[in-house]
Amino acid sequence: MTSPMTLSDALPGRAIASHIRIGRLPPASAVIPCLFLVLLILAAIEPRLFTAANPLAIAPREAFQPPGPAHLFGTDQSGRDIFTRVIYGARQSLLLGVGAVAVSMTLAIALGLIGGLGGRITQRAVGWTLDVLFSFPTLILALLFASHLGNGIGPLIIATGIGNVPGYARMVLGQVVSARHAGYVEAARALGHSPARIIRRHILPNAMRPLIVTVTMGIGQAIVWSSALSFLGLGAKPPAAEWGTMLSMGRDFVQRAWWVTFFPGLFIVLTTLSTTMVGRYLQRRLEGRLP
Amino acid sequence: MSSVTVSAAGTAAGLLSRRRIGSAGRRVLSRVLAAVLVLFASATVTFFALHLTPGDPVRAVLGGPTANPSPATIAATIAEFGLDQPLHVQYGLYMSRLASGNLGMSFSQRQPVVDVIAAQVGPTLQLMASSIVVAWLLALASVMATTRRHPLLQGLGSALETISAALPQFWLALVLLAIFAFGLRWFPPQGNQGALSLVLPTLALALPLAGFLAQVTRESLELALDQPFILSARTRGLSDGAVRWRHALRHAVLPGISLSAWAVGSLIGNAVLVEVIFSRQGLGRVLYQAVTRQDMPLTIGVTLLVTLVYILASAAADLIFVLVDPRLKAQHL
Amino acid sequence: MTEATVRPALVVEGLAVTLGRGVHRRRVVSDVSFTVAPGKAVALVGESGSGKSVTARSLVGLAGDGADVTARALRYGNIDLSALDERAWRRLRGKDIGFVLQDALVSLDPLRVVGDEIAEALAAHGWGTAASRKRRVLELLDSVGIPEPELRARQRPDQLSGGLRQRALIATALALDPPILIADEPTTALDTTVQAQILALLETIKQRGTGLLIISHDLAVVSRIADEVVVLNHGEAMEQGPTAEVLSRPRHAYTRLLINSVPGARPRKPRAAPATTETVLEADGLVKSYVGPDGVDRVAVDDVGFALKAGRTIGIVGESGSGKSTTARIALGLLDPDHGAVRFDGAPWAGSGEARVRERDRRRQRPHLGVVYQDPLSSFDPRWTVAEILGDALDAGGVPAAEHATRIGELLERVRLPVETAGRRPLQLSGGQRQRIAIARSLAASPKVIVCDEPVSALDVSVQAQVLELLDELQRETGVAYLFISHDLGVIRQVSDEVLVMFGGRVVERGPTEEVLGNPQHLFTQKLVAAIPAHVAGLDAVGASLPG
Repeated sequence: MTSPMTLSDALPGRAIASHIRIGRLPPASAVIPCLFLVLLILAAIEPRLFTAANPLAIAPREAFQPPGPAHLFGTDQSGRDIFTRVIYGARQSLLLGVGAVAVSMTLAIALGLIGGLGGRITQRAVGWTLDVLFSFPTLILALLFASHLGNGIGPLIIATGIGNVPGYARMVLGQVVSARHAGYVEAARALGHSPARIIRRHILPNAMRPLIVTVTMGIGQAIVWSSALSFLGLGAKPPAAEWGTMLSMGRDFVQRAWWVTFFPGLFIVLTTLSTTMVGRYLQRRLEGRLP
Repeated sequence: MSSVTVSAAGTAAGLLSRRRIGSAGRRVLSRVLAAVLVLFASATVTFFALHLTPGDPVRAVLGGPTANPSPATIAATIAEFGLDQPLHVQYGLYMSRLASGNLGMSFSQRQPVVDVIAAQVGPTLQLMASSIVVAWLLALASVMATTRRHPLLQGLGSALETISAALPQFWLALVLLAIFAFGLRWFPPQGNQGALSLVLPTLALALPLAGFLAQVTRESLELALDQPFILSARTRGLSDGAVRWRHALRHAVLPGISLSAWAVGSLIGNAVLVEVIFSRQGLGRVLYQAVTRQDMPLTIGVTLLVTLVYILASAAADLIFVLVDPRLKAQHL
Repeated sequence: MTEATVRPALVVEGLAVTLGRGVHRRRVVSDVSFTVAPGKAVALVGESGSGKSVTARSLVGLAGDGADVTARALRYGNIDLSALDERAWRRLRGKDIGFVLQDALVSLDPLRVVGDEIAEALAAHGWGTAASRKRRVLELLDSVGIPEPELRARQRPDQLSGGLRQRALIATALALDPPILIADEPTTALDTTVQAQILALLETIKQRGTGLLIISHDLAVVSRIADEVVVLNHGEAMEQGPTAEVLSRPRHAYTRLLINSVPGARPRKPRAAPATTETVLEADGLVKSYVGPDGVDRVAVDDVGFALKAGRTIGIVGESGSGKSTTARIALGLLDPDHGAVRFDGAPWAGSGEARVRERDRRRQRPHLGVVYQDPLSSFDPRWTVAEILGDALDAGGVPAAEHATRIGELLERVRLPVETAGRRPLQLSGGQRQRIAIARSLAASPKVIVCDEPVSALDVSVQAQVLELLDELQRETGVAYLFISHDLGVIRQVSDEVLVMFGGRVVERGPTEEVLGNPQHLFTQKLVAAIPAHVAGLDAVGASLPG
């Protein structure tokens, strides 16, 4: 019935077939957010693809121009073009989002693994510590660190990152613990595999896989958090083209020029929305294959 | 901020796991003990977070970086607050005072921390309470009206929830201000006089939270509607509406209730932003000022209160959870 | 009860149901006809996917969203069911046609007390006042044989035993004394002895004049209660007629397959004495207790022992909570006993205190002690293909990577799976195929013993029969010994040389299988034996006369 030849023949064919099946075009609810994110990344790499103007050039005579053909998103109190500033802000904001998530995830994975793989006492100790930290609202935890780290993008990344650690770490811990108690881990034990191999081949990959979703959604969230800190005056110094800082500056003019705060905020919303939707798509795909 | 779908799963798991204790009396006692421990740890975290990072507390005490105190004043201040001691001695001093119930003097406001907090706690609690109630009402309305209805209606409900959950509170606050306070002039743009002044800040906090709660509740309502007991109830002649309201809803709110303690915590955090924007009195604004002025006693005082509110909210959420789902109680009593 | 009036019948002629959306839309039931008359029971029998549940649900207008139900005739008394709107359906459901789903733990609202569930059925049809409904609830609970109705009415499903729960569920359907009662797998997921009680209750209901429609995969259930049986396969009626006739003289090949697949219909095939008689797995005086959630110690396993010889099978039978699975886990060395010891292949394998064996020392031997679980899916890493799963097991057995491809092919051939299966993931396979993969995995390192923990409980009967057959063949080919755990005495009878009957953590009876079954001593064993299908009228003769 079978020979090694037919077996090895069968494998690649199957693999390709399953890739084709999975590679079906994703739904619009995933494609559009993806497109938006791609454009945003392009803007971050090379803002001049989208605008020729200088984000910092002031033109006092053109202050508070409402949105129109000359200035798509209007101008601010110094006559700077808001569209240009929003485009230039993409770099900072994406950097903040990705950086903060990297900080959070590094710490969260470390804590989650120590707690999840350690003995009963370690697990409880880490769990309890995270519970305590979790009682700090993200913004307050970030605020505690941000105010003392000083201004600038580096401290902002660290503060935002730290603020999110408790939530993420609890999630990682939960994933590791549930992977540890999965049926396939007992099956691997019954086969006589060593604990090290079981951790490497089963627990880590299965616990880390759902984090793809967390990271995707987390980038958008981190941008919101860091903008909030900037908004409170703890981030980049004005007149830097950073969305949170722009919102903060425009706050005083809400009454006469709504557009100064509206458009930077809109981009924060669109970015968060996009990462959420892409994350949700990834989640559905992961779950579709997982029981 | 709002759609922290990410940490939500972990939160639910954590809250549920904490609901595992013996008899009623023992449960209360161990909860109180755990709460004291958490408060203690919270103060410790805040203390070290404030000291690990650079900054000059002496100047903070004397009015911030712009102050120009004489060397004699500096020396006196250092002696008064024990700022020349090594960190662990300062920590020991602070904690022993804290243990005796003394929150100390605010550096920046020069009055007892307790007094500062007592003066500001009311408006914040009011804002939080109205926000969580409004958030739940909006979430339930959206979920019950659109889940498993016409595909278009369902899509609309789901989209609105996703968008609300993605709205940053500070931006939403500004947009609401621009439209309803400055544009239509329906509500006052700032202050905390009267019920009207509560409307916009409440909406700014409640809308994103409603989106988040609705997403969680929608998912669990869908799960509940697929359960055999729903089909079973329908075979007894119950209408679709009766099945939703009398059976499915009760199951659907459970995850949201578990998350509500976390939600209350995050509301306090976001109250910082909203209170600043609407120039409202409240703990959020006090905390913001305390942190930026490096006012250690006041910061710890407020974070302790925040932790306490979180603990109480957790206890309340657990209690409500058991009222809705009595199975858990039966396992423990 | 309305004794004087003639109760209406439910007439189904040429029923067809189409389900699903878009490309998934397909006909799941075609041309099914039967009549449920008062005081009679009709059974729809079939395996999963046969369309039996959809048929039942379309009779109360709940076939699902987008379901297209057509029929030449669909009548209840004088009412044409195919013309009903949702409002009319609602008036009919519960009042004229009652419906009982399987597994009362999830078919009753888990958050409500059962009294409220029953009262709700009454209230939905505007029956009586709150006070009279309350009295009726107690009456109903009493009539379905629930003792202390006042107490039980105030309890939730999770506070009731499986049997009481199922009775309460039946009471919700009987609340308005409907002339027709549809029961969808009413005894599935219940322990064997409880199954018998529920069947007796349904029999009483039938004798009171209610027309019963029983949906089941289990011929034993059907043979006990149905007057007429309809055998469904892929949505079509293969055969139908009076129960005794269909079961004793099946005309259709599929019916014969079903009957032949009933476990325990045939005793174990005789076999040549194994080459060696060495004892490969031996347990002695095993004791294990757990601390329950209420802080009270529960003895799960109490003084259990056995000696399994090479090439033989020991069956452990018991109901849920009898300690059989805990025994399996101790035998596998995954759980240390509180007392007693296990020896595997002549060496200490598990023990307590001084005799405790370190996991490190067990590891080398583990590949020679295989395991097959009830739910194979959860025992596979969801990311892996079959080839990776089997490769991992070969690794554990020390097979060099270069030989993996050849060996994986051999293993698949052994469990009668096509070689293409290697590239697939368990999620893409059927239940029977998954169980074959689990068996292949346990065979990877030429095991001496395989512990099978309810390996066929989740499978359809025909698939069950195939998997049992496979296990039997493998035993003859390789001389592997099985420790076989099951709640189903029929399955145990078919595979075991020797049987241990467990009850409340203790072995209450043991011995060669046919001896124990032929002359059960313990009351519990007698109940179990009385409930196995082979002793059900009609089936015994059929099973024996069919070719193996």
